[in-house]
Amino acid sequence: MTLDPITLSVIQAGLQQVCDEMDLSFSRAAFSPVIAEANDRSDGIYAAEDGALIAQGAGGLPVFVGTMQYSTATLIRMIAEGKAAEPQPDDIYIVNDPYLGGTHLMDVRFARPFYRQGKLFCWLSNTGHWPDTGGAVPGGFSASATAVEQEGLRLPPVRLFKQGQLDPEIYAIITSNIRVADQRIGDVKAQAAALLVGEERLNALMDRYGDATVAAAIAELRQRAAVQMRAFVDDIPDGSYTSTAWIDSDGVVDEPLAIRLTVTRAGDGLTFDFTGSSAPCAGPMNSVRATTLSSVYLAMRHIFPEVPMNAGAFEPLTVTGIAGTFLDAQYPRPVSGCAAEVSQRIAEAVFAALVTALPDRVTAAPAGTSGNFALGGHDPARGRDFVMYQLSGGGYGGNAHHDGLANGCSTIGISKAPPVEIMEQAFPVLYRRYALREGSGGAGLHRGGFGLDYEVELRRGSARASFVMDHGRFGPQGVLGGQDGAPNQVTVWRDGAAYTPLHLSKEQDIPLSPGDRVHVRTPGGGGYGNPFARPPALVLEDVRLGRYSAEEARRLFGVAVTGTPPQVDAAATARLRG
Amino acid sequence: MADISPGQVVGVDVGGTFTDLVELDPASGRVRLAKVPSTLDNQAFGVLNALTAAGCDLAALDLIVHGTTTTTNAVLERKLSRTGLITTAGFRDVLELGRRTRPQPYGMTGEFRPLIPRDLRLELPERMDATGAVVTPLDEAAVLAAGKQLIEAGCESVVVHFLHAYANPAHELRAAEVLRSIWPNDHITLGHALLSESREFERGVTAAANAAVQPLLARYIRRLTEQLTAGGYHGDVLVMNGNGGMVSAARVAQEAAKTVMSGPASGVMAAAYTGRKAGQPNLITYDMGGTSTDVALIRNAEPAVSNEIEIEYAMPIHVPMVDVRTVGAGGGSIARVNPAGLLEVGPESAGASPGPICYGRGGRQPTISDANLLLGRLDPSKFAGGEGVSIDDVRAIFDTELGAPLGLDATQAAAAVIRIANTRMAGAIRMVSVSLGADPRDFALFAFGGAGPLHACALARELGIPRVMVPPRPGITNAIGCVVADLRHDFVRTLNTPLDTLDPAALHAVFAEQRAEGDRLIAAERIGIREVRHVYSVDMQFIGQTHLLRVPLERPDVDRETLQQLFEAAYFRRFRVQLDNIRANLVNANTSVIGTRAELDLSTLIDPAGRRATLAEAETDRRPVFFDDWTDTPVYWRDHLPAAFTLDGPAVIQQMDTTILIEPGNRAQGDADGNILIEIGAAP
Repeated sequence: MTLDPITLSVIQAGLQQVCDEMDLSFSRAAFSPVIAEANDRSDGIYAAEDGALIAQGAGGLPVFVGTMQYSTATLIRMIAEGKAAEPQPDDIYIVNDPYLGGTHLMDVRFARPFYRQGKLFCWLSNTGHWPDTGGAVPGGFSASATAVEQEGLRLPPVRLFKQGQLDPEIYAIITSNIRVADQRIGDVKAQAAALLVGEERLNALMDRYGDATVAAAIAELRQRAAVQMRAFVDDIPDGSYTSTAWIDSDGVVDEPLAIRLTVTRAGDGLTFDFTGSSAPCAGPMNSVRATTLSSVYLAMRHIFPEVPMNAGAFEPLTVTGIAGTFLDAQYPRPVSGCAAEVSQRIAEAVFAALVTALPDRVTAAPAGTSGNFALGGHDPARGRDFVMYQLSGGGYGGNAHHDGLANGCSTIGISKAPPVEIMEQAFPVLYRRYALREGSGGAGLHRGGFGLDYEVELRRGSARASFVMDHGRFGPQGVLGGQDGAPNQVTVWRDGAAYTPLHLSKEQDIPLSPGDRVHVRTPGGGGYGNPFARPPALVLEDVRLGRYSAEEARRLFGVAVTGTPPQVDAAATARLRG
Repeated sequence: MADISPGQVVGVDVGGTFTDLVELDPASGRVRLAKVPSTLDNQAFGVLNALTAAGCDLAALDLIVHGTTTTTNAVLERKLSRTGLITTAGFRDVLELGRRTRPQPYGMTGEFRPLIPRDLRLELPERMDATGAVVTPLDEAAVLAAGKQLIEAGCESVVVHFLHAYANPAHELRAAEVLRSIWPNDHITLGHALLSESREFERGVTAAANAAVQPLLARYIRRLTEQLTAGGYHGDVLVMNGNGGMVSAARVAQEAAKTVMSGPASGVMAAAYTGRKAGQPNLITYDMGGTSTDVALIRNAEPAVSNEIEIEYAMPIHVPMVDVRTVGAGGGSIARVNPAGLLEVGPESAGASPGPICYGRGGRQPTISDANLLLGRLDPSKFAGGEGVSIDDVRAIFDTELGAPLGLDATQAAAAVIRIANTRMAGAIRMVSVSLGADPRDFALFAFGGAGPLHACALARELGIPRVMVPPRPGITNAIGCVVADLRHDFVRTLNTPLDTLDPAALHAVFAEQRAEGDRLIAAERIGIREVRHVYSVDMQFIGQTHLLRVPLERPDVDRETLQQLFEAAYFRRFRVQLDNIRANLVNANTSVIGTRAELDLSTLIDPAGRRATLAEAETDRRPVFFDDWTDTPVYWRDHLPAAFTLDGPAVIQQMDTTILIEPGNRAQGDADGNILIEIGAAP
């Protein structure tokens, strides 16, 4: 069947709408703030035969671009091999195994078979980040885990709903192994209801246009997305582009991990070769294959937001050289850092490699860490234990058009940070500062955005502080002559003495007493272009607003700012800039 | 209470392009209308021009209700009064750091400009904790020093915004007292005054927006009332708020942030009023203009109101506002063929300048308006053919830009543009209604704005909406909203208490307080009202959730069990999820106190004397219009249509400010108030 391009566009919009309504339904009904507020979830439609992505909600967390096509593909293979049960109508599988096409254990995936006239037509699937799946530490982000079993409960694909009914036995096993289990039923029902919304809307679409037309449109749209991506690839001159991006450490062994990338444009495709990247690591900074591929795709989508999300868009992109590296970890390597940290560094490597080829589109490196600080302890005033998470943003990279944004969210996220007032309501802490981190933006023609500078004090009881952050050793990369952004800095003040975590950005269970403080300064973005080319008036404005000191203006930008109110000394500036 | 007869009422709405005016004299039924260019630097000129253009006698008028974009434009364009911030030590950057976001999910770019620049944001020692207990006492000398520093820096307005002031405002109140001794005017905004809820960024931005527009609005209103008085006007001036209620000019600047987005709100109020009178209390409003489309939901003649509206990226103004959502499609949306060979419409827009090709202002990219023109839906004599651009030029551009790559002729390409645009708009409208928990099929589509009535029937068909309603004067709906709006005060009190420990008496006391305050404010206005209504609701959630669900209450004296039942029922309707063993939280108690004004007769908005006796007499033209094929289609002049008529599509109805397209298969009827109701699929 050949379809006219107009019908194609209409069906494309219709498929997108189905996914967007699933996203909306999931977030609005979910309990966990991670899903409801932070939108740490994604919904999509996947091909019956191979799990290929047909469409995905626009509001899904970027790190999930493409991941569910691998988990769905694995599910299809396991069913074929008899390793997972045959699907029945109204079944919903649950799976969170990272090695079966996943991310970390906390990202729990549901998959529902979608039938037309008794025949499996496609899969509806979604992922939601559960606040806890068991394991050594609440929330699952253990900086010092050395095996996946320490990170939580691992579920192979099993049917949690059988013909529409929740299986109480499987559910009992799950709730016996996770923390705060009593509220999970709300999230489970929200996650399942979203798939039901998807089924209703997809049925309506197919009733209207006909099964054969929709099937033909899906095939055609996939092909056309590939054409569109190839058209973008066409903007990249033939050749190879290399970069290296660094992870501070794996949290267990204090040695940096390298992501070495060579992007090669040959013909109408791009190859991302990660050969030479570090070997699998002992701590949780491993990535699994699905997450590594998704990280490449999400970076490309940051560069080309216009490309529709379906498997066709990924066809021109080939990822190689990950086998045997920490980007393709195998059981039982711990992986809790893959979605939040390693994924962002893979994206940074892609940006750094392609910025010379696409200087108009690609930015200098963004802060690139989720800045996960967890504080767990006992609050005597309320007579109960607590676990508090502070995830923080950082500066974005400068780019061809303007300076980087201050305090942006992670490359792989889209969520809002919780307000200080809400944190202080819920936990026995007092924030002494929540401020722009002065001087942190990497100098450049267009400078990097500024990071965040916060200091939080324990008011009562006792607690342990844990950090899973990154970019503590190396700042986000500046490009085209721009300088790196300031690296992440953590200082723990105990009894008035400063303590720096052993791995700078990662350590587990640092004990705190009342009055002790945690001071975090998050990375600034990388600078873009030569800082000595930045107009002196803009440097003066930054000094006037206290974003850089006069000394920094002189040293980093070659601009002499003197006097009160501050002014540019043109002659001295000319001398400095030579 | 004052005399309730409305007297001669003028509604005047200043929009981005035009200032619209409607004058109603209920005694004689006389209507005067005017549409003049807006004068954005001083909107008062446009208002006076409109009064002159309509021939209004200022001395004879009793009431002027004014919708203004002064504050909206000031915020969006950052043309603000010089404003300073005094805040808790360690937190001066809250307004700039926001909630750690980026403007769009994909693309690591974007910029943000805070309302108050960093050098005018000063910190001083003081601190409350989350319970409202003092951690650090207020340093009053520092307040004085900061105030002086801001005055020296040329600030005209100041915000005092302290952490946890919603829990204990003592420091903010005391700082204000200290500041008043030196501040040269009364432009002092306290963080907790407009919004007494936790979340320092949202509360701070709301207060900062209020402070930064307050002097502008105060000056504007003063100038306007002076000029009106000079012209002989003795009546009241009321100003529309974003919640769709009016407030007296004397008070409006005090809570200036509440006037942000008042324009879209008044359009929705007009829709609610018109719909209720026409027996259509459940509406989705669809206001399509040149660059964007506004959509809102009305249930039981009450527009959905939200106090969590973000008017642009990272700009939350959390005061109650009619929940109007903007969809990025308008008549100027540009169509193109993407590298995959698929047709896309928008989000880029040709805007007002250069605008669509057919405007003849230099636009060379095909737009939705151009497509409507090529398909015969817009009057060719009104658009192309006049200056510079002919319909053949438009056709030629469609041929090269769209037709050739798609393998279509210009007409088919234009039809495709409309089809794609309608699919996208329908999807966006569906998302709005679904996100508000509504099924669009339960509503009528109320179409207004210059382009709304052209697309409404197709959208209704796409969405399964059975009926479209087009008011008599779709192009001046906002001004009509001003004329019919009620006095309205919305109150929100955060309780954030588990239902199991809620003291019902305390809840009842909150409602009683809110009611008394609203009654007091309404009694203080000079304008006559027919009755005072009190609308109660609570915002609830299951314990552990973050999203809120609004639960309307029939009466304020509810008990805990009823609240739980009402909430569970509302939750099930919305999400089809039943959660048996989880208890609920009551987060907010809300009361709206509404002073309903006397009913106005809108049937004369179209002059009855101009109406013709038969449809045939109202037909001005016939022309081919493209639906699935070219179809000979009658063209009617709206003002000439008989008061009661029935006609089956295809038909085009033209009027001064819009064009209505009735597709084949639809049946249109006129009603007593001059509305046109179109039943989708009702004609043979």
